[in-house]
Formats: sequence, structure tokens, C-alpha cells
Amino acid sequence: MIRAFHRWPGLIALALVTVLALSGAVLAVFPVAERIAAPQAGAELSVATLAERIQTIYPGLEQIRRAPSGQITAYWFEAGQPGAAVIDPTTGRGVASADPNAFQRWLTNLHRSLFLGDPGRVASALGSVAMLVLSVSGILLVARRVGGWRNWFSRLRGPLAGRLHVEIARVAVIGLLLSSATSLWMTASTFELIPDGGPLLGIPAEVSGQTDAPLAGLAMLGDTPATELRSLSFPYDGDATDVFTLKTDRGTGYLDQGTGAVLAWADLTAWQRVSETIYMLHTGQGAALLGAVLGLMALGVPVLGLTGLTIWLAGRRGRPRIRANQRAARAETILLVGSESGSTWGFAATLHEALRAAGQSVHIAPMSSFAPERYAHADRIIVLAATYGEGAEPSSAKGFLTKLDACSDALDIPIAVLGFGDRSFPAYCAYAQTIAEAVEAKGWPVLLPYDTIDRQSPQAFARWGQALGAVLGIALELHHQPTPPATTELTLQSRRDYGADVQAPTSILRFSLPRATFWQRLTGAGSTRFAAGDLIGILPEGSPTPRLYSLASSRRDGFLEIVVKKHPGGLCSGQLTALEPGENVRAFVRRNPAFRPDRSRAPLILIGAGTGIGPLVGFVRENEQRRPIHLFFGMRDPQSDFLYAQELGGWKDEGRLSRIVTSVSRGQRPRYVQDAMRADAPELVRLVQSGARIMVCGGRDMAAGVADALHDILAASGLSATKLKTEGRYVEDIF
Amino acid sequence: MKSLLATLALSTALTMPALASAQPVTLKTTLNNYGGDGAYLALYVTDPSGAYAGSLWMAGGKSKYYEHLNDWYRATGGDPAQINGITGASVGAGRTLEITLDLADALFDAGYTLHIDAAVEDMRDSPNEVAVPLTTEGAGTPVPGRRYVADFTYDM
Repeated sequence: MIRAFHRWPGLIALALVTVLALSGAVLAVFPVAERIAAPQAGAELSVATLAERIQTIYPGLEQIRRAPSGQITAYWFEAGQPGAAVIDPTTGRGVASADPNAFQRWLTNLHRSLFLGDPGRVASALGSVAMLVLSVSGILLVARRVGGWRNWFSRLRGPLAGRLHVEIARVAVIGLLLSSATSLWMTASTFELIPDGGPLLGIPAEVSGQTDAPLAGLAMLGDTPATELRSLSFPYDGDATDVFTLKTDRGTGYLDQGTGAVLAWADLTAWQRVSETIYMLHTGQGAALLGAVLGLMALGVPVLGLTGLTIWLAGRRGRPRIRANQRAARAETILLVGSESGSTWGFAATLHEALRAAGQSVHIAPMSSFAPERYAHADRIIVLAATYGEGAEPSSAKGFLTKLDACSDALDIPIAVLGFGDRSFPAYCAYAQTIAEAVEAKGWPVLLPYDTIDRQSPQAFARWGQALGAVLGIALELHHQPTPPATTELTLQSRRDYGADVQAPTSILRFSLPRATFWQRLTGAGSTRFAAGDLIGILPEGSPTPRLYSLASSRRDGFLEIVVKKHPGGLCSGQLTALEPGENVRAFVRRNPAFRPDRSRAPLILIGAGTGIGPLVGFVRENEQRRPIHLFFGMRDPQSDFLYAQELGGWKDEGRLSRIVTSVSRGQRPRYVQDAMRADAPELVRLVQSGARIMVCGGRDMAAGVADALHDILAASGLSATKLKTEGRYVEDIF
Repeated sequence: MKSLLATLALSTALTMPALASAQPVTLKTTLNNYGGDGAYLALYVTDPSGAYAGSLWMAGGKSKYYEHLNDWYRATGGDPAQINGITGASVGAGRTLEITLDLADALFDAGYTLHIDAAVEDMRDSPNEVAVPLTTEGAGTPVPGRRYVADFTYDM
């Protein structure tokens, strides 16, 4: 619901809001320039002295105005010719032209009325309404995404467009709220919907009839500091019935030109004060710095518009066309999709197609249209569910859990739940897990145990497909490649082999950097930019599905290095571990910014086992600033699979690595890496308390063991592993 | 061209029995290129003693800005009844405002003066921009303004 309030105003008013924001941002410059350029009156200068100085030089003086910036302008007539100038209050002499800046005037008219007069003002105001709705709905969406107000500035994860969108919005939103709300007030004021006009001052009936009193003799002018002046209008020359009209920050009044007596006076009304404050907040006139800040924030709007559009288009593109969808009442398999950005729909479409090809009759629908009473012929229900933010339901799953809870009886149709998510989020697949638990609590038959797909991994999806096929008694080959990547040929430079004696043949493979074209260098495309912790996708011969490996080197190292363990029967790992120097593979680099050390000097705790050492080694290798790094490394046998043993020793001597704690799982006293951590608990607690960041890389079981150990160790000292995760100080790369 | 027939809100002086004899008069105000937004113009008449007699036209729709038409505002206190039904849009720089209305014959050659007050956003207020005696002789003769009006003519 909130999303609709964010999406539609955003899409419809995109161009209008962008024009308003850009013109507003440029307009914010003028008050700053004026504040800097305007000669300022000293605090001790009175209006009388100022007026005398100006009148001495311009005898036909008619009016003096002081802008909120402090700029003083005088208007006079000389020999029948109108004159005007910006005045230096110390001399009373004109120093600059008083003509309005044509560009500023043009921009102002664009900003407030799109050059269309009153209808344009209404259109601009509607743009402000759109901005206001976008800001409020955006605030609610960000709060939901980061998991509450307290996490407002927490680290963001996910695709770049979404991150950039929130990153800018959560800073700029305060300015956008202020600018749009104040503009609506100003529009209402312009259309006289707000009673903020000046008080009506009766024209004085009685005047002294004297003229030509010296300005210094007019008491109120002598008492009013020039810094409080707004305007002073002089009586007509020779008209004894005319008066001085004085406007100050306090109010408006008429002064007798002969005696200086205050003939009438009215203070500013409360409405006037409110409107003036709002005008100042919106335009920055009188608050130039605030105006500049608001202008900078407004510059975020075009970026927000573009990234928002990108997010929306990506969501649309991601949702594929489904061919030959069976009706719910006829289908044997019901496929329910809970997708946020649309990528889960892609997987669902692949599954739909594969099941249909295997002769199944399948109905595919968003989870929100879950209707068990209609599934008359269904033999199974398969739920593919993504998660929004910190465990919320994705957009196409609206109301699913409520409907599920409403089913009083256990459904006799077996269910499988597959979660889609990103392990770098603390609430990884939290929504799918909630469904799996709800289904279990209801005692419904389970078709396949609950499983998850991390970061759209095609391998994991193919693996799950095989398991599904086994249950259904059909061969199910799921090849889903979200966006076919552009691959390059990589040539193996060298290899080092480990682990053969412990039945875990593992190789460190080093590839030469591919020659990048000029264009690739320019755009940073292809494999020209990468860092340790990024992923490399290898396309094995005989399969369209890439396998992802963590990189153990950065661009600066001048080579691409990965650690590969040969899995029995593994297609890709088999080909890679059989690769000889000089031979090629097809590969692409995928960035993985969530798994990267921050730039601080706080200690790093790196935890890995087996091939998980790869990216961790990369971090140590590039630790030139000698930041304290504590490495926990689990292996089977130091004689056989102590990967990087030599280098690690060297880096320790050089100070790139502070400490290495190994654990050996074979032999007399088998110990896993989590055991080593528990033994080192006090030191770990001390490091975490001093701001350390924890990075874990390895298989699922190992990561689960490490997570449990960390949780226990930290909880005993009143720390929370979950909180560390939310702060981005505890990240995992799990395969 | 705006045409207006005897719907003037002109007060005492112009509601004399003499109103029976009135004739159409065309008021043509041409602005110079002063380099600003649209000008607010108040056209009104004062009697031989210089007292406000009535308004002829108000160019500019938002009453909150009328106080910048200083003399008119002082004379009327900004009373909206004075310009009820004789209000139009503000006049852009370089543009011409042309209105035709029935004016009482008694206004001419009797010491009445037609005034124009002008004001432009962020520029000087110009009360008494034009002050021209209403005479049959002066009809058709362009009169220059002080700041914004290039020339003003009334034609009978």
C-alpha cells in the first residue's frame, strides 16, 4: 500500500519534481551570493543616519528598502528620472545596480509557476504535494527496510540503485519535506487562502502640517537600528499632508514629517510572522546557509528519480511472461511466487517451464492470490518466496500469511517452501522461514524440506530442482541464469595443489589478468575492476549455469586467484582442478561489495575453513596499512591442506597479519574452527569491544557452527551477534 | 481589448445626474521594457481638490499586493468594493493595456485628474506613475509615465 503511494506519485511527477528541485537548487545560490556581496550596516547605525547619508547624495530620495540579506536599496528621482541603486550604508553611496537579475527572475518564474501564471502555480503546488507524499511514504519504506527508526543510518545492502536511492533519500528527505511543505504554505498565501496580509492602518487624518524637519530630528528613525529596517518611504516633496511610512521587523507605522510623531502603528500579526518565517525557510532569503543546505538536498531529487526509475524498471523487466498457465482448479502443481524486485519471478518461470516440459500441469500465481479452496486437483504446492527488508513480506505476497492462518484444517496438499535472499542481510530469507514454520506448526505434509537460494545462485537452484525432481520421480533440470553475463577467457598462470592425502584435493589457481579494452577500462566493465571477496563466475563446459568462487586477489595484485576443492562428480570443480597452466576457462567477475573489509583501522577477525580461506587471504595480502588482523583457519591436516601456509608466515613477519589461530579436524584431538574460537573467547570479546569487524567465509555447516559459537561467546559478555550483523560488523560469505 | 459599460464603481463625483450623458472612452497604457515581472496598475480619478473620486481599473488580481500601489491604497484603504468588477490581469513589460469604458461627461474639463499607480515585484513602487488632467483637448495626446509606463493615452 505504502509502496503504491511511493511508486505512482514518483513515476507520474518525476519530470515536474525534477524541474522544481533543480531550479530550486540553483535559486538557493542567489541568497548566498547576495549575503556575501551586500555591504552590511553596522549594529550602531540608525535608520535616521542611514537615510541622511543617502539623502545627501540622492536628494530626490523616495524609498529605502533593506532585504533580509542586509542589502540596502534606495530609490529616488533626479530631474524627473527614476534612479535606484544598492547602497553602501557606510557612505550612503550607490555601489551596484538595483535591477533584478534576469536569470534569477526567469528561474523563479519557472520554479513557482512553470511560466504559466496561476495555473502553473497550481501545477507547481501539485508537484510539491507529490514530493510530500513521496517523502512521507519514503520515510515509512526506509524505516521498514532498515528494520526500525533506530537503524535509520544503518549500513545498506542489496543492488546499487536501491542502496543509492535510500542512501541519498535518508539524508535529503528532511530538506525535501521542509521545502515541499513550506512551498504549499506559500502557494496558499499567494492565493490568499491564509490571512497573512498586513494589518490595515488608517490614514492619519491629522498631521502637523510642518515640513522639512531634519531626519535626525525624527525620534523613531533615530531609535530604530538600520538592521531592523525593512523599508522607509518618504513623503512627497511639498505635500504637507503626506507622511513617512516606516516598516521594521516589528511592524508598520506612519511618522509625521514635521514632528516625527508616530501617527499610527501596527505590529506584525502572528500570521504575518509565520508566513515570513516560512518564506525565509523556503527561499533562504535571510537564512542563506539553510537555503544552501536545502538546495544541496534538492540536488538529490534527480538522482532519486533516476535510481527510483531504475528500481521500477528492473522490477518490471524481472517479471517474465508466463506461457500456458493452467487454471488453479485444474492444475496438479500450484506454484506461488512472493517477489519484491521481480527476480524471484524469473526463477518461478524457469521452474514452471521445466515442470510443464516434464508433462506436469502447473498453475503459477502470486502468493497474494493464495486460495486453497480452489485447488481441487492439486497434488502439491510450491512456494517461492523472497523477503522484503528485515523479514517483511514481499510485494506479491500481500496477505498470504493471514490467509494461511485462516485455514483451520491442515491442508492435505504437500507443500515445499523455497526462500530467496541475500546472506549479507541479517534477516536472510526471514519471510520464507516464517512460512515454513507456519506450515510446520499447522502439521501440513511437507513435500521438500525448507531450503534457501542465496543471491540468486543458479547452482543452488539447480540443486534444489534435482531434489524436487527426485521427489516427483522426474528428471528436473533447472537452468536459470538471471542475467547472462559477458564472459572473458582467463588463462591459468600457475596452480598449487593441496589436500590429496586427506581426500580433499584442493588447488590454488592463479589466472592472468585479461587484457582490457580501453572502453572496459573507462567504464570499469568486465573483469578490470575487482577486489578480494568479489566473486568470479566460471562457465564450465557442458553447462550454461555458472559456478561462483570467491576471489583471493585484487586488481592491484595483477592476477586473479581462487581456491577450488574438487567435489566428487563435480562438473566445474573437476574441470578447474584438471586445468593446466596455459589453458583457458570462460569467466566473469561479479562484484560482492557486502563482503569487503571497511576502511577503518579497527581490528579484523577473519574466520574461515577449507577453501573459505581464499578471500580472507586476499584481505591479508592487501593489508598494507598493517591493520590488526586475527585469522582463524580450520583445516584437516597441517601436512596436507594448510593452504597458503608459507605466505601466511611471511605476512605475519611483515606485520600484515597479527595472529593466526589454526584448528585441525583430523588426528588425535580433532578440533573445528568454532572450537578454537571458544577457546579464545576472552580475546574475541576484547576485540569486538574495541570495534573489531568479523568476516566469515566457508561452507554452510561451518558458518552455522561459527555463528553459534560467536553468539555464545558474545552473549556471555552482554554483546549481541545480531546487533553486530545489523551494524554491518559481522558479515558472512557462505557457499 | 476590454470593454466595460457603465458598471463603474465610481463614487459620488461620477454618479451625479450627469451620468445620463456619458461616452465611451478608451484608455491605452503601454509599458516599457523595464525588465521585471508583470506590473500591477491602478487607474483612478481624483477631483479638483485632489481627493479620491473613484477607480477605473485594477490590473492585477491578488489584493495582498495592492498596498504597493501606494497612493491608491492610501486613498481607498485597499477597499475591494472600489474595484469590484473592474479587475484584470497584471500587465507584462512592453505590453499594452487597453480598456474602454463609459465615462461621465462631467469628468472632463472640470479639474479631474486621472492617476496611474504602478508596482512590480522586487522593483520600486511607483505611485503617481501617470497623472493626467481629463480634458477634451488632451484626449489622444500620449503622456509618458515616470518609471514603467512608456505612454498613456485616453481617446474619446
